[in-house]
Amino acid sequence: MRRLRALVWKESLQVMRDPAAWLIAFVLPPILLFLYAFAVSLDVDHVPVGLVLESDSAQARDLAAAFSASPYLQVTPARNRREVESLLVSGDLKAFAVIPADFEARLLEGQGQAAIQIVADASNPNTSNYTAAYLQGAFSGWLASREGIPVVAPRVELQPRFWFNPELQSRGMLLPGAIAIVMTIIGTLLTAMVVSREWERGSMEALLATPATLGEIILSKLLPYFVLGMLATVGCTFMVVYLLGLEMKGSFAALMLLSAVFLVPALGQGLLISTVSKSQLLSAQLAVMTGFLPAFLLSGFLFEIQNMPWLIQQFTRIIPARYYVSSLQTVFLAGDVWPLFLRDMAAMLAVGAVFFGITRRKSRKGLD
Amino acid sequence: MAVEIVITDLVKRFGQTTALDGVSAHIVGGRLTGVVGPDGAGKTTLMRTLAGLMLPTEGAVSVCGLDVVSQAAQIHENTGYMPQRFGLYEDLTVLENMRLYAELRNLDAGPEGDLFSHLLAFTGLAPFTKRLAGALSGGMKQKLGLACALMARPQVLLLDEPSVGVDPVSRQDLWKMVQELVDEGMAVVWSTAYLDEAERCQDVLLLDQGKVIYAGPPGELTARLTNRSFLISDIQGNRRDALTEGLQLAGVRDGVIQGASVRLVMAEGAGMVEVEALVRRYNARLLPTTPRFEDAFIDLLGGGPGGVSAIAARMPALPVSNKVMVRCQQLTKRFGEFTATDKISFDVRQGEILGLLGPNGAGKSTTFKMLCGLLKPTAGLAEVVGLDLRTSSVQAKLQLGYMAQKFSLYGPLSVQENLNFFAGVYGLKRAQRKERVAEMIEVFELAPVLDVTPDDISLGFKQRLALACALMHRPKVLFLDEPTSGVDPITRREFWTHITGLVGKGVTVMVTTHFMEEAEYCDRVALVNRSQLIALDTPDQLKAMVASEALPEPTMEQAFINLIERQNALTDGGVQAA
Repeated sequence: MRRLRALVWKESLQVMRDPAAWLIAFVLPPILLFLYAFAVSLDVDHVPVGLVLESDSAQARDLAAAFSASPYLQVTPARNRREVESLLVSGDLKAFAVIPADFEARLLEGQGQAAIQIVADASNPNTSNYTAAYLQGAFSGWLASREGIPVVAPRVELQPRFWFNPELQSRGMLLPGAIAIVMTIIGTLLTAMVVSREWERGSMEALLATPATLGEIILSKLLPYFVLGMLATVGCTFMVVYLLGLEMKGSFAALMLLSAVFLVPALGQGLLISTVSKSQLLSAQLAVMTGFLPAFLLSGFLFEIQNMPWLIQQFTRIIPARYYVSSLQTVFLAGDVWPLFLRDMAAMLAVGAVFFGITRRKSRKGLD
Repeated sequence: MAVEIVITDLVKRFGQTTALDGVSAHIVGGRLTGVVGPDGAGKTTLMRTLAGLMLPTEGAVSVCGLDVVSQAAQIHENTGYMPQRFGLYEDLTVLENMRLYAELRNLDAGPEGDLFSHLLAFTGLAPFTKRLAGALSGGMKQKLGLACALMARPQVLLLDEPSVGVDPVSRQDLWKMVQELVDEGMAVVWSTAYLDEAERCQDVLLLDQGKVIYAGPPGELTARLTNRSFLISDIQGNRRDALTEGLQLAGVRDGVIQGASVRLVMAEGAGMVEVEALVRRYNARLLPTTPRFEDAFIDLLGGGPGGVSAIAARMPALPVSNKVMVRCQQLTKRFGEFTATDKISFDVRQGEILGLLGPNGAGKSTTFKMLCGLLKPTAGLAEVVGLDLRTSSVQAKLQLGYMAQKFSLYGPLSVQENLNFFAGVYGLKRAQRKERVAEMIEVFELAPVLDVTPDDISLGFKQRLALACALMHRPKVLFLDEPTSGVDPITRREFWTHITGLVGKGVTVMVTTHFMEEAEYCDRVALVNRSQLIALDTPDQLKAMVASEALPEPTMEQAFINLIERQNALTDGGVQAA
């Protein structure tokens, strides 16, 4: 116990004196969070579009005004198609709409036959889809608001309700995910690096030649980084809730419990990496490849797991961040859903047990 | 329980390689035992096995009656072990490092106080307890490492190459401390590649390729060489030529330059007729001399390499002149507040070997780097072949060859690719490039390793390759930065054969080293201490400077230590000298 205390104390001193640890635990998280809150957004507004007004009629001008008024669109007016076509080719516009010369005449015929043409740049299918949808939306909005124009009422009316994230802000989904990224960096990257640093500097050899047991040495590496990880979680949550204004539906206790459980596989992975590689450089690369990148790309943080190919979907099951991200999103957006949490925590602990089991098998107190 | 280590038929294999091949030995308390051998002989593997950190493949080792396999935990309790690079935490202070190792050994607070003050006084670290270990000099780190290892209050102390990269002054301090421990009855095992250290141990275990080739007091081994070591002194003419000729004579086992003299070791029962003829040709005197451990070591390993350098034979001789090839005047380098090199001035003339010596952190590397254009001087002049390094560093670099400490070879490239790369880097034309590379392969006998990467070849090959790369463009001046650090004596001799050969062709050489024996090869030695040049003279003159009645024939190392201490005492004004 005394040896463990001495080792933990030593490790804590090192953490406190290591600028890299400070940077990763306390400077990186705010940067990441602000990045995901403000710079990275999967929402789109002010899409640059062109509007070709071939008709000069009052109705056409009214429609054009409606387009311009839409917060989602940034309208560049034009007199003929040729002007906007080149802009679409050069990528300055994502799409353009054409209000034909006979627009008013057909509108007033009363058969609802009035048509506009929408041409979108489909090189990015996702963007072209929602750009077209925005334009259509603006058009139907304008049609609906018209008085005296007979509109064919649809038989079925669709009134969507968006649960959990009513404003459909991607921020609500990205911020909890960003916490998971921060925790992966602290748990896996930092741990892998500090253990291999001991090998690299030769201090591990001196440590192994003392009565300290392997268990004590390992535990002394885990405890300080566990505490550091929990502190970072508290810090991140505080920022997300109070500075970035994301309401947390669930309880703080659930969040802390989930984070503590996530640190088990994260630390285990870091430890496993450092037993395989004894150089800091290789450890850092392994931690980024096997910890950070999967947490980034395959955890459902940025990309929906359901949309991935079947094989990749299966692969995501062994990535602990996947369970943590889904639980965190639930805690923030939906509330305490214990059945879901318990399932996710069991999965994280199982992955963690595998990491620790392999580490245990591969380590012996010695240099062989 | 007796303080002893018993090693019985110890074998240790790593995959295909056999690091230790049937080692048996008996190490006893109250004696200092040196584990000696060339690089790759298995020294570190043996030390780690004794410390209970590596499992023997075959055989058994017991430390004070404890088996290293089944009772490793108890060995860790009772044994002090200092690994290479001392095993310190550089971001903890001296006291924090000591406290950590004390608590790991469950030392109680009471004796801890006594033990701490005792160890701090013993190592002289008391004034530095609050300093970070990373900010200590090499010598002080070594002392702290020793203090941490002594926390075990051990009966057995294992020190793995404690003096690598540590200057002679600090090395001497460590010797004194270890000797005290031995006198208390401790068994101390000290592994080293320095043969002069081996000579001072009470027992040595000489390892070569994993086998014990000698075990016993070094004096007994050296005694075999009685009447076989000679010094040729008062040589009229070039002593380097005399050495080259001497090494070609039948019956000569080994030869080195020793200041102005040449040292020869004869085979057992060899006739002296040819050597006497050589001595007459040079109008010199032949004196019998006390054999050194190194003489015996080389003899035991089958004699040194021959004396002719194939590369030097191929080099066209440079026109002989008395021109100054390297010049520095009032050369100064400051890093912020700290002055690393303070107004150093000297000239090196063509065909001269100048050695740059000094303790760790004295500023010799900084001086060296400014002269080969790797650092910009803050003030003063640095010239190579008459070219000012501040203004024409590129032209100057084409005139000089540089061989760095760790050889600066590219690990992932094969030997052939390394050669091609360096030929290209020095801007050789295509045809010339091919011709030079082929020539280097031939003279340095690199053909068998062409497709292997430098990481997988022996140190000897690596050194030849590094020299080949530095010589690719036929430089007029050669800079060697600790060229033979960690290299065994035979490879070192081979290296110096090339260097003396090149000097014979008019090449100028500047070399830094911690090996005092290497300093003997130099025509002049510049001694740098505390950023200043404190002495510049021939090795023999430096030795003469410190000679006294108590020390009629000082060695190069004694001269070094003496001169450094003299200046330190002067600058400290006797205030901090204690």
